[in-house]
Amino acid sequence: MTTTPAKPPAGVRRSRASAFAWHFIRLISTLALTFLGLTIVTFCIGRVIPIDPVIAVVGDRASPEAYERVRMELGLDLPLYQQYWNYLIKLLHGDLGIAVLTARPVLEDLMRVFPATLELATVAIIMGVCFGVPIGVLAATNQGRWPDHLIRLVGLVGYSMPVFWLGLVGLLVFYNTLDWVSGPGRVDVYYEDVVQPVTGMLLIDSLLAGDTGVFWNAVSHIILPAAILGYLSLAYIARMTRSFMLGQLHQEYILTAQVKGLSRSRVVWRHALPNIMVPLITVVALSYGYLLEGAVLTETVFAWPGLGRYITSALFNADMNAVLGGTLIVGTVFIGLNLLSDLAYYLVDPRAR
Amino acid sequence: MNRIMKVLLLAGVLSLSVWAEPAAADTPKDTLVIAKQIDDIITLDPAEVFEFSGGEVIANVYDRVMTYEAEDTQTLVPGVAESHSVGQDGKTITLKIRPGQKFHSGNPLTAEDVAFSIQRVIILNKTPAFIFSQLGWTPENVKDLVKAKDELTVDLTITEDFAPTFVLNCLSAGVGSVVDRKLVLEHETNGDLGYAWLKTNSAGSGPFVLKSWKPNETVMLEANPEYRHGAPAMKRVVIRHVPEPASQRLMLEKGDADLVRNLTADQIQGIAGNSDLVVDSYPKADVYYVALNQKDERLAKPQVRQAVRWLIDYQGMADSFLKGRFKVHQSFWPSGFYASLTDTPFKLDVAKGKQLLAEAGYPDGFEVELDSSNISPFTEIAQSLQATMGQAGIKVNIIPGEQKQVITKYRARQHQMLLLYWSPDYMDPHSNADSFARNPDNSDNAKSKPLAWRNAWDIPEITKKADAAARERDPEKRKEMYLDLQLMLQQDSPFVIMFQSTEQVAHYKNVNGFVSGPTYDTVYYRLVTK
Repeated sequence: MTTTPAKPPAGVRRSRASAFAWHFIRLISTLALTFLGLTIVTFCIGRVIPIDPVIAVVGDRASPEAYERVRMELGLDLPLYQQYWNYLIKLLHGDLGIAVLTARPVLEDLMRVFPATLELATVAIIMGVCFGVPIGVLAATNQGRWPDHLIRLVGLVGYSMPVFWLGLVGLLVFYNTLDWVSGPGRVDVYYEDVVQPVTGMLLIDSLLAGDTGVFWNAVSHIILPAAILGYLSLAYIARMTRSFMLGQLHQEYILTAQVKGLSRSRVVWRHALPNIMVPLITVVALSYGYLLEGAVLTETVFAWPGLGRYITSALFNADMNAVLGGTLIVGTVFIGLNLLSDLAYYLVDPRAR
Repeated sequence: MNRIMKVLLLAGVLSLSVWAEPAAADTPKDTLVIAKQIDDIITLDPAEVFEFSGGEVIANVYDRVMTYEAEDTQTLVPGVAESHSVGQDGKTITLKIRPGQKFHSGNPLTAEDVAFSIQRVIILNKTPAFIFSQLGWTPENVKDLVKAKDELTVDLTITEDFAPTFVLNCLSAGVGSVVDRKLVLEHETNGDLGYAWLKTNSAGSGPFVLKSWKPNETVMLEANPEYRHGAPAMKRVVIRHVPEPASQRLMLEKGDADLVRNLTADQIQGIAGNSDLVVDSYPKADVYYVALNQKDERLAKPQVRQAVRWLIDYQGMADSFLKGRFKVHQSFWPSGFYASLTDTPFKLDVAKGKQLLAEAGYPDGFEVELDSSNISPFTEIAQSLQATMGQAGIKVNIIPGEQKQVITKYRARQHQMLLLYWSPDYMDPHSNADSFARNPDNSDNAKSKPLAWRNAWDIPEITKKADAAARERDPEKRKEMYLDLQLMLQQDSPFVIMFQSTEQVAHYKNVNGFVSGPTYDTVYYRLVTK
């Protein structure tokens, strides 16, 4: 017997459309409110830190006239609410202002530093997931035995080691002594400025340009900082995978599957793993988010011109346009990742549909 | 094992296999690679540059009216100008421009360019403009007072009474860089005299051409084969921003940098055993000092100012954690230059300090705040001060902060004691006397904020003496006047000057000819060979 699926009545279709529209409006207003909140808080922080922003521009020895002129240019003579309002209006026109520290528009800076961070964070999270998930599962299936203890120890070390120290030791061993990887910076002097930036991510740009020399050199530069950041997220991902997995392995449906004679690996990978996908996606998205904020210490040790160092040095110099621009990027990243993980839930979990 | 697992494993193996890729070899033969902290660069327009790294870059990209050459960074000589003559009244200076000079663009360098460069500094009025404006030049009068008479002659007239040597020294500062008028004006927007463009580009006639400046990343320079002293040996200079000194050391040892600039004392010691590497020391003109705010009634007592001078372990610091990087120096003008006072009468003497404190009415000492930058060597110096002053009962509470934060507080006169350094803007003693020994208006809302003002040190008499020294035209007499001023401030002032710094540069044995002069903008790459 065949049945043709009944078309939903017009009323239902309309209500679906309006539900979607409602969802969309809610999303947009959440976004707007989040950004508004972000800018207000950052703006206020920028005005209470005990550094004179004019000094960041004119230095310590400017004449009183030069000092006063820059104060006016920065709009610091206006009341706070008006300064904020002016910033907001400019922002809505897509103008993030000029960064004092680089003498360039903030937008241009962000388009340079964010891809550097994005590239590093992406390679790191891929490493973290590729190793973290399998070893987490391995630990859970061997609970209480030596692989479990070893993996938990590795996780603990990754969790508690200062990344700064780890980076320097990594450089000493793999760069200086063993000569397996290249040192600080994104690429060797030979390859500097060889590839025209398209995405700003050297690995992709070099492939687009068909320049494998630059590609492999960039790989040898990125691998160590990415491995160190990846190790940190691996530690977190493995621990969480282990505990999610343990939760599942004690469920009755696992017992049922085993009783039915399925192999151990089939039970674990086919039955248990899909059920931990939703919380696991959250964990991975969060780790990725933290990496995308920019890892200041790693960037410092590896002379990596990324977002973390950009925002930090901007903050120390009261370069508020740069700080606000950077904060907006971080905000966007988190909101974007939230949306993406919502989408991923939808794909992996039929109940969410 | 299912598909997910296979994909994960494959990706894992792939990312591991990448580790087998060998790292690249040493730096290219015709390229000098310098690892250094260069995040202080915020502009490369010579009318605006006032930061250490920026000053160094423009010193290699632009030629100046007067200059200190790489071969001898102690002697002021004509640069773009070939010669100068001073008029009878001492207020007019005629500059003869060297014929046949060319900018990187190929444009000829003429008197028009020299006059334009000076006028531009005054009209734009950026931070270092005071070096010229103190001569009496204003945006209104500068076009009349700085004029090209013919293609190779420039007439300068100053309205203030200054010694001609002083004026010539001002012309050797970064603002004395000669810019390519034609090229700059081609890039002018909204009458900005090319300012927006020149911040990130170059228009000079120096030994190197600026290829690119990527903030917090690299500065790339390329040799100028047409340079008046001949083409530099290095075809390219790459200055790489490496914020972490330990990373700089690793890059040097690995051969990925030829020369590194920010190693700490223990890192310098650490590479001592490496026979391929050499460490050179260059005396700098920066002086490090403790400032005592005279608004604080305790610190305003002469005996307390004296006591502090005897409660610092100058030599102990210089021989231990500051070894190789600082020498003891106790007057406001650094040693090794015209008119510097090199006596160091003060040393650690706790008993004397205690006695002076008792005379001041503080036999048990007092509690005081010391603002200091939160980076080396300030933190270590602050700790040493805390320890030795503590022996006489002065309980020092260190307040560490970002350098800009410390300066903000200093400018607001809200500190008690404060640890900082000062480097001259040009190599004339007036550059330091102007700030240490002049305070024309001590009121809270004074426009100008020299160091004396920041410490609320009201000194009408000393200000007059400093002004007279700047005006004196007889070099010998002038020297005596500055020595006198330094002695006066050494004996009693809110400034306890402790050290003069030394730059330590570590490099490969085959890298020769790097020059680091006394100021940040007398660092030259053009003689480097490797």
